[in-house]
Amino acid sequence: MAVNLEAGWREASIAGTIFEAGNSIEYITGTWRTLRPVYDAEACTHCMICWVYCPDSIVLVENSKVIGFDYDHCKGCGICAVECPVKVKAHAYTGQPGKVIQMVEETSFE
Amino acid sequence: MPKSKIRALDGAHAVAEAMRQINPDVVAAYPITPQTAIVQTFSNFVADGLVDTEFVAVESEHAAMSTCIGASAAGGRVMTATASAGLALMWEVVYVAASLHLPIVMPVVNRALSAPLNIHCDHSDSMGTRDAGWIQLYSENPQEAYDNVIQAVRIAERLLLPVMVMQDGFITGHGVERVDVLDDGTVKGFIGEYKPEHSLLDVDNPATYGTWDMYDFYFEHKRQQTDALSKALPAIVEVGEEYGELTGRKYGIFEAYGMDDAEMAIVVLSSSAGTARMVVRGLREKGVKIGLFKPRVFRPFPAKEFAEALADVKAVGVLDRSIVFGAMDGLGPGPLYLELCAALFAAGNTTTRVADYVFGLGGRDIIPAYVEQVAQDLAEIAETGEVKTPVSYLGLRE
Ligand code: SF4
Ligand code: SF4
Repeated sequence: MAVNLEAGWREASIAGTIFEAGNSIEYITGTWRTLRPVYDAEACTHCMICWVYCPDSIVLVENSKVIGFDYDHCKGCGICAVECPVKVKAHAYTGQPGKVIQMVEETSFE
Repeated sequence: MPKSKIRALDGAHAVAEAMRQINPDVVAAYPITPQTAIVQTFSNFVADGLVDTEFVAVESEHAAMSTCIGASAAGGRVMTATASAGLALMWEVVYVAASLHLPIVMPVVNRALSAPLNIHCDHSDSMGTRDAGWIQLYSENPQEAYDNVIQAVRIAERLLLPVMVMQDGFITGHGVERVDVLDDGTVKGFIGEYKPEHSLLDVDNPATYGTWDMYDFYFEHKRQQTDALSKALPAIVEVGEEYGELTGRKYGIFEAYGMDDAEMAIVVLSSSAGTARMVVRGLREKGVKIGLFKPRVFRPFPAKEFAEALADVKAVGVLDRSIVFGAMDGLGPGPLYLELCAALFAAGNTTTRVADYVFGLGGRDIIPAYVEQVAQDLAEIAETGEVKTPVSYLGLRE
């Protein structure tokens, strides 16, 4: 952990300067999301368009295949869902016609 | 004593001379009356190759301070200068400089704020930033402006806080006086080298500056600022003593003139202290027990020191060159008065009576007769223990 979240003002770094590189991974920004991108793994052609367009490097890829999304940091902007070029008749999760990536109300997961 | 040279300089040129000797890594500035002579003279030094400074001619004062912040975070010794509307335009980033604990030094040539448009002296500009977290030093004359700027470098870098050095617009800024200018080597030796602990350009130790800070940490970081400021006065005194040993001109928190056995005191900042001192000297010769305080440090405000120094004084007249609009039922006293009253109250002093006199707005002259009038009021207040008019005005047409 780059930052001790319990630090009092004496221990806290001056002015909040963070002396560890690559620290933004520590900050769970996914809690702001109101819509969650959900992809249909069966219908996905692994064209990587979503991977290219995601502004936050959220699309997780292994062996040239999309394996999911980093929901700790995905902000739910929906760019991936707009840019995904592959259509489905009935999405595996939502059952709706549309794209392989569809945006789902975050509250429906709780 | 080190080598020095007596020169005829106005306050702005004296400060530009100090900046040449300091030879900052970066100066980012925008010209504004009556600070222009500082930036113009310094940019001549840059053009003539007399300094190694990277001079950034920015598009506004907001950009000037923003550039200073970046350059200071990058580990440079950094300066700018401004006045009036320029300082007001800087507002947002003036706070950022202090909050990031960056030791930027900024001479301010005090000028009124609009409207109506006015280019002459009062203290509305720097007093407007008194809660921004900067150290503030006020200078009476070109010599003090020169000396304060040199000391400000040491103070800032020692405390990791930015320092503003004020002088009165036109009165000091454009008023030529005798200035004892140290030789370049002496200034270089006194300020030493700046070795920042962290730097934006230290690529081997990358760091994030100016972070996002929510309710979980912001409060702690503000507390760090009060901590740094609460340690500033002794450091300012130490640097002032060291400067005194070197030059024969010792600097402290305030100058007390004729205060031994004084029953009355006048408190005033900057160039008007000269007028007040002359009146006090005359009254002293007549046997009137009156003295003068000229605060040099306004931020942090030396509350304990003032409370102690004024403990046995019966009546104090504060001369304020700006108004805190809306304060005290809208009476609009000045900031010096409010700070002084708070200091006396916190110290449990219920006997010293204080009256405020707003003067000199927009460059209106203060003449000896006004100060004599204050002295007469104080004599009555000391006698009766009663302040009839808490806030009055000197030289205002009724
Ligand atoms: S854009 Fe759509 S089809 Fe292409 S990899 Fe992403 S989810 Fe799969
Ligand atoms: S919703 Fe936005 S942030 Fe989340 S994966 Fe899609 S493009 Fe990236």
